[in-house]
Amino acid sequence: MSWKKLSNSQIAWRVAQDIQDGAYVNLGIGFPEMVAKFQPAGRHITYHTENGVLGFGRAPEPGEEDWDLINAGKKAITLEPGASFFHHTDSFAMVRGGHLDLAVLGAYQVSQNGDLANWRVGSKGVPAVGGAMDLVHGAKRVAVMTDHITKDGKPKLVERCTFPLTGVKCVTRVYTSLAVIDVTSAGFVLREKKPDISMDELQDLTGGKLHVDGAVGDLDVPRIEE
Amino acid sequence: MDKTLSSLEDAVASISDGDVVMIGGFGGSGAPIEMIHALIDRFEATGSPKDLTVINNNAGNGKIGIAAMIDKGMVAKMVCSFPRSSDPRAFTDRYLAGEIDLELVPQGTLAERIRAGGSGIPAFFTPSSYGTELAEGKQIQEFDGKPYVMERWLKADVALVKGHLGDKFGNLTYRMAARNFNPLMCMAADRTISQVSQIVPLGGIEPEAVVTPGIFVDSVVEVPNPRQEEEMVRNGEAYA
Repeated sequence: MSWKKLSNSQIAWRVAQDIQDGAYVNLGIGFPEMVAKFQPAGRHITYHTENGVLGFGRAPEPGEEDWDLINAGKKAITLEPGASFFHHTDSFAMVRGGHLDLAVLGAYQVSQNGDLANWRVGSKGVPAVGGAMDLVHGAKRVAVMTDHITKDGKPKLVERCTFPLTGVKCVTRVYTSLAVIDVTSAGFVLREKKPDISMDELQDLTGGKLHVDGAVGDLDVPRIEE
Repeated sequence: MDKTLSSLEDAVASISDGDVVMIGGFGGSGAPIEMIHALIDRFEATGSPKDLTVINNNAGNGKIGIAAMIDKGMVAKMVCSFPRSSDPRAFTDRYLAGEIDLELVPQGTLAERIRAGGSGIPAFFTPSSYGTELAEGKQIQEFDGKPYVMERWLKADVALVKGHLGDKFGNLTYRMAARNFNPLMCMAADRTISQVSQIVPLGGIEPEAVVTPGIFVDSVVEVPNPRQEEEMVRNGEAYA
């Protein structure tokens, strides 16, 4: 095994390259929020947070927080020029009504028909769903960013999800630590893979069949200081 | 017509045992913390109101606000999307002990159910939660080839909300992202009581700038310089 996985920052960088100028984007809480750091210069992207803000920017300096100005992760944010506020049903109209260009989410599992499991791993403890089940419906593209495998080496891209589902047939593209994969009516279609991993090795780490439709690009990502 | 009240005590006086109470806010932003604490004061003094069903996006944080209501034993059931926070102990302990009920609702569905309740729409169909455990037992219908889940409206006996400016007719504005669920809850309750940072004369809110028209609001009480839940939790404050 000579291949090396992308870091989380590198996955976030790769996601950011696909977000076009003028896009309206919701970045899920946690890991997906890193995508904003790698927004390519010259593109204007408007970020949506489901608690009612379009056009927010970076976190304020410590001590400068205004706790009426937070994101869905309850972290303090700042506004960009042209920002707007709205109530919760307008916010989710932007989601379910097909107005967002892209939602980026984390995942425990993605199945080959596009089912997503990302809200709980079992029936223990206190269940909490937040906006996850809404965000998977309506955005023009629903992308997942994730490690390709679990900490103990099991595939996160699977034939069928075994964890509780967040949504059915909702994921359109998966950015992993090893590959970029579209989810189509034919199943997983490999678009890019790390040049240091072979097709066979990648297939072994993937729970569903990896289809090839046209050229498979190299997933080349610059080194990023963590 | 004058909807202003002179005290928080008056504002929460009419809430009864067993009421369904909507409480505005998303985390700490837009949470009417002073009004919640006035309700706790009343419970401490009189033993009422108790057995409340509380509708909020979350289920309290730390030892203040809704978390303090739960700690005091005032809450029988939470209807929320995300009963977690930086310090969710109050809800978690009672939930795992089987002492509080939970109706978990996806956040967008929660908002839409409240809007429906305030709009005279008893049910609606949404794609959210289709195919998941949260849709179990619910009616499914296809529209244009896609499956949707039927959800019912949500209404309340009382809504406790937090505005920024208010006037004696009950017109309200909100401050930044503190708007969130507040305008929806104003519509969905038999009685809506808003704390505001400042009561202004009629006309002090430009008609174009009114977010919640006063028809949806029954009472307004001024709480200048309201506290922020987030800061109180970070300070480790407790409302005991």
